[in-house]
Amino acid sequence: MPIELKMPALSPTMEEGTLARWLVKEGDSVSSGDLIAEIETDKATMEFEAVDEGVISQILVAEGTDGVKVGTVIAMIQGEDDGAAPAKVAPTPPTTAKAEAPVVAPPPTPVAAPAPAAPAKVAGDRIKASPLAKRIAADKGVDLAGLTGTGPNGRIVKADVEGAQPGAATTAPAASAEAPVTPAAPAAVPDFGIPHEVVKLGNMRKTIARRLTQSMQEAPHIYLTVDIRLDALLKLRGELNASLESRGVKLSVNDMLIKALALALIQVPKCNVSFAGDNMLQYSRADISVAVSIPTGLITPIIVDAANKSLSTISTEMSALAAKAKDGKLQPHEYQGGTASISNMGMMGIKHFTAVINPPQAMIMAIGAGEKRPYVVDDALSIATVMSATGSFDHRAIDGADGAELMKVFKELVEKPLGLVA
Amino acid sequence: MADNYDLIVLGSGPGGYVAAIRAAQLGLKTAIVERENLGGICLNWGCIPTKALLRSAEIYHYMQHAGAYGLTAANISADIDAVVKRSRGVAKQLNQGVTHLMKKNKITVYMGEGRLSAANTLVVKSDKGEEMLTAKNIIIATGARARDLPFAPADGKRIWTYRHAMTPPEMPKKLLVIGSGAIGIEFASFYNDMGAEVTVVEMMDRIVPVEDADVSTFLEKALKKQGMTILTGAGVQSLKATASGVTAEIKDKDGKVAKSEFTHCIVAIGIVPNTENIGLEALGVETERGHIKTDPMCRTNVPGLWAIGDVTAPPWLAHKASHEGVIAAEAIAGGHPHAMDAKNIPGCTYCHPQVASVGLTEAKAKEEGYEVKVGNFPFIGNGKAIALGEAEGFIKTVFDAKTGELLGAHMVGAEVTELIQGYTIGKTAELVEADFMHTVFPHPTLSEMMHESVLGAYGKALHI
Repeated sequence: MPIELKMPALSPTMEEGTLARWLVKEGDSVSSGDLIAEIETDKATMEFEAVDEGVISQILVAEGTDGVKVGTVIAMIQGEDDGAAPAKVAPTPPTTAKAEAPVVAPPPTPVAAPAPAAPAKVAGDRIKASPLAKRIAADKGVDLAGLTGTGPNGRIVKADVEGAQPGAATTAPAASAEAPVTPAAPAAVPDFGIPHEVVKLGNMRKTIARRLTQSMQEAPHIYLTVDIRLDALLKLRGELNASLESRGVKLSVNDMLIKALALALIQVPKCNVSFAGDNMLQYSRADISVAVSIPTGLITPIIVDAANKSLSTISTEMSALAAKAKDGKLQPHEYQGGTASISNMGMMGIKHFTAVINPPQAMIMAIGAGEKRPYVVDDALSIATVMSATGSFDHRAIDGADGAELMKVFKELVEKPLGLVA
Repeated sequence: MADNYDLIVLGSGPGGYVAAIRAAQLGLKTAIVERENLGGICLNWGCIPTKALLRSAEIYHYMQHAGAYGLTAANISADIDAVVKRSRGVAKQLNQGVTHLMKKNKITVYMGEGRLSAANTLVVKSDKGEEMLTAKNIIIATGARARDLPFAPADGKRIWTYRHAMTPPEMPKKLLVIGSGAIGIEFASFYNDMGAEVTVVEMMDRIVPVEDADVSTFLEKALKKQGMTILTGAGVQSLKATASGVTAEIKDKDGKVAKSEFTHCIVAIGIVPNTENIGLEALGVETERGHIKTDPMCRTNVPGLWAIGDVTAPPWLAHKASHEGVIAAEAIAGGHPHAMDAKNIPGCTYCHPQVASVGLTEAKAKEEGYEVKVGNFPFIGNGKAIALGEAEGFIKTVFDAKTGELLGAHMVGAEVTELIQGYTIGKTAELVEADFMHTVFPHPTLSEMMHESVLGAYGKALHI
């Protein structure tokens, strides 16, 4: 029997993907674990491994095809013991996506709305999980669909569920909430005859558009801004870096702010939450998603349990994650989850900005540039290095006073930074 | 010019030769280096020949108890030389089997002592002189050897290691066995069945100390009933070989020291990894308590250098070594094998009655904070066991009360070494109690006790 090779769901939010590159050709034999193709998902480019053994008898979806729905048959494998050539299978579709939008052509007026969202969960693609993993997931309220299995043939095993963040439970409400919003279809853009080029959106851009629209539509944002003196933190950073030099670690201001935010969230747990319909998830660990700008958009790798990590650990992890992000090699568990985010535009000279909350999180800290400003100390005007930080809070989950408390604690931790190394 | 390979395996025990076969199957140009016998200790001086010896002892035992089955066997006697000869024949047959497997998989065999001169270079010394081999990857699978008593090294005449005990110069009359781990207890059981007067000395407060405490208690009683003397919480203070035997000063659990005479002594107090003289120190290979440190894919800290089996971390079991051999070979060939979970490695001891287990003991599970449900089903409640005339023993299961995970299974009794695999598959596949309960076990078999033990953990046992 020829085996159908189907487009895999490489991340829980993946509904379709781009078949970026075939690593095998027709006639190649593959065995379990061999890399077959590179697939670009909404977040990253991932490698697709063979599970079965045999000879690739047919490739049905050409390299470079995008919008390939999860579950689509992309190739056929002839098992070792199989006899003659496979019955020719009608090349099933790269269909919808191909039809949807020609790459660079003047758009029809108006631009057709993208196809309606696929169902939140791919039908017919059974979730493989061990009985024990299923039971623990049910007890913990973790949605198996949101997990990546590390067992044989991608089976979800106990360790995968135990490692799942409690937040993984939110994939369920979040996913269902996403569905109606998904067609982030802008109303038609009229063509006024202005010279232009149509640039097709990559998967990451589409995801950003969808998620940020969802956030602004669903989560009433409130913004709280404080000015924070940085002199003590900069001095401490200089001293720490002098002593860390031999270990090859160089702390950035951002590394220290990540820790400060995590500690503040632990001290003000009312802000370390997710709003989930009838429930609220109150996290006991602060996992900080850090916004990293990359050529194709933006991604937020996570420093897990940042409150309990040393600054040097955070710094080392952050460098590694940022490098992986730039190469598009982040694994789903490295960017999915997080209990709050931080976004820093200080290096670009931005004095102050407000950020859009990254759902299902309930807060994001927007960091402005540290700059010398006139500053009143002991009723006298002097000069201090000051930055403005603005927290965006999901007002459904967090009251203004609690948000203000978090900002106060964050400010104190940065201004008296010994607390970061204690 | 040095011969160049994709992979060289140093040591051809159950870890090494399996790694070589898997690597060759994956298309790697593979060589294996062995200083003594293909198949290593396991095939030649360990697992297999001892099983042959124990089989003889078992049949001898049945012949002596033929009356219990309505049979008569007259003039029964045991010829230790013939028993040993059979055991050697079995070892030889398997050794030739490995030779054949190497040939079939086109693995080049070098007989000689291998030594790393660099991370990718191995110098093999044999009668023919020295040969230099190079490889992209090298797997260290040199195994381990018996640990000597510091004050009385084995001489092969009166003081034996497992190796001497396997080809004894004569049948011991009064035997002292020091250490009651798997090796010690198997030889104690063999020689006891063969008619020797056996004394076992164990430092810990119970025999087979890695097993569940219930198993230790049961086995101690069973062995004592067979006439064995067992001293737990005791230590051998001195040991001297004489012309007629050995003299041992044994300190018992109350601290009293007494002198005893034996004709022979087997030292089975543990193993020492074979890490010397293979060039590890110069390469800076990291070790822990003498054993090579590896990651879950069997990589050492030196790139291109891998290690598997007894030379690495415990458990020191042949099947663990073989499994690691496959993992290492697949990782070297660029695959992504799954790491092994030590809690899913079963252990078997072939004394009489047999012992088999996998996972956590009840005490260890509690120590790790689990709330447990424990099932225990006796052989006396099983029809097949009674028909076999083997109604001694039990099967114990330990479940996590919260999740239904099988944390451990512990068995003592006839043929349990063949039964443990059922639980091991279930445990590896992460089945929960409901899956075991839902499984149909064939009747009449000993395996029905495995079902009953699970049912018992949840108050649903039927035949008790």
